[in-house]
Amino acid sequence: MIGRHRHLIGLEGLSREEILQVLDLATSMKEVLTRPVKKVPSLRGKNVVNLFFETSTRTRSSFEIAAKVLSADCLNWTAAQSSTTKGETLLDTAKNLEAMRPDVLVVRHSASGAPNFLARHVGCSVVSAGDGAHEHPSQGLLDCFTLRERFGSLEGRTVAIVGDISHSRVARSDLHSLPKLGAKVRLCGPPTMIPLGVERLGATVHHDLRTAVEGVDAVVMLRIQHERIGDPLIPNTREYSKFWGLNAKKAAEWLPPGAVILHPGPINRGVELSSDVADGPRSVILDQVQNGVAVRMAILYLLAGGAGEDRAEKVSA
Amino acid sequence: MNADAVERAVQRIAHEVLERARAQGSLEKLAFVGIRRGGVPLAERIRAEIGKVTGAPPPLGTLDIALYRDDLAQRGAAPVVGPTDVRFPLEGRTIVLADDVLYTGRTIRAALDELVDFGRPRRVWLAVLVDRGGRELPISADFAGARLEVPEGDDVQVRWREYGAAEDSVVVREGRKP
Repeated sequence: MIGRHRHLIGLEGLSREEILQVLDLATSMKEVLTRPVKKVPSLRGKNVVNLFFETSTRTRSSFEIAAKVLSADCLNWTAAQSSTTKGETLLDTAKNLEAMRPDVLVVRHSASGAPNFLARHVGCSVVSAGDGAHEHPSQGLLDCFTLRERFGSLEGRTVAIVGDISHSRVARSDLHSLPKLGAKVRLCGPPTMIPLGVERLGATVHHDLRTAVEGVDAVVMLRIQHERIGDPLIPNTREYSKFWGLNAKKAAEWLPPGAVILHPGPINRGVELSSDVADGPRSVILDQVQNGVAVRMAILYLLAGGAGEDRAEKVSA
Repeated sequence: MNADAVERAVQRIAHEVLERARAQGSLEKLAFVGIRRGGVPLAERIRAEIGKVTGAPPPLGTLDIALYRDDLAQRGAAPVVGPTDVRFPLEGRTIVLADDVLYTGRTIRAALDELVDFGRPRRVWLAVLVDRGGRELPISADFAGARLEVPEGDDVQVRWREYGAAEDSVVVREGRKP
């Protein structure tokens, strides 16, 4: 249980305390990854099924490593090699996998709401690993973790999220978590890539990169989600790069000295980030990847560890 | 036990550890590991006492055994996991594992499992402030500040200054009768 939640579908419904519960636990989990034996027995006998209807490298392997470090068994299911190609529905696939008695289903799907739909129909815990343009909660949590680790606290910090906000589930999860920890969020991108009314989520909107990153503590750079975009929203990637991309020169002139750069990956080098920035001293992109394992360990431990509320009452009675 | 009794118990344990380490020639190789939370102040204090005699206190680590518990599936919420910090190689060392109360022995079982995942110590001794009886596993303390027979269900609480108590004390509280 993460606070009062059996599933992790998004960060919108999580309170500040629930987010901090995961982040504090992730700190302990990160230490496990530095041990000579990177394995603890806490989820021995538990099954984690990775159910990926979209491609992924980082997130899927991160959940797999997290499960294995905690001694859970992990099964990877990818749509391309499955009966989905033969016409099986999402619910049928999930019901069949559920019959194999997993404890946690980690789901990635191109349709927003797919993990929520599954959570209502299966008996085990469901963790969203990204659904459509809705949320990517574990990424949001690892962004919070990485920034908190760097700055000690997010209270009073300013984070700019730059790029294709409309199609970014990472932006949405960041928006639903960073402000709860006390950070101010600025959104920046081409007008065609910023949803109308997004200010209501507590962010300010900018269309000029220079003013958006002025005085910030961190910048989250996003990839253009070509696979989710029908009609072109920008003239071409060269123009995008010129106005919204970050290179070493801009970073040096526009960003405060201590500001760090995050990217959820995969990076389109030369578009939103030049290589000298992505691999430069401000980049915490590989810290994000490492922290991702610790955060996902915390998520799996909270959802699959313990017997859940029903059993707990019986034990204590 | 009041603060004086706790102090005397710590000094006696430190003395016994010292004697035994000297006799075995393992004094140089001594290291302490406290089990969070109650075992950490005990480990710190024994170590400090030994440091007074040898000049240099032996290394100290802390273990949180939450990830090694055997009752995860019986508990409602997953227990909070605190920091574990063992920064010295265990190979060849004599480890004094410290906890505040020894009861069923299950915590020590978990701590031993966790400890050996950090390396292969030469030997492990167990030091506790209170051995309250009631073992469910074949585990015994090498050093104990006090040995009591406390009925099952009663609660033995060690209150350390380090965790906000006005002074150190050991209190036995009667549990709820079934």
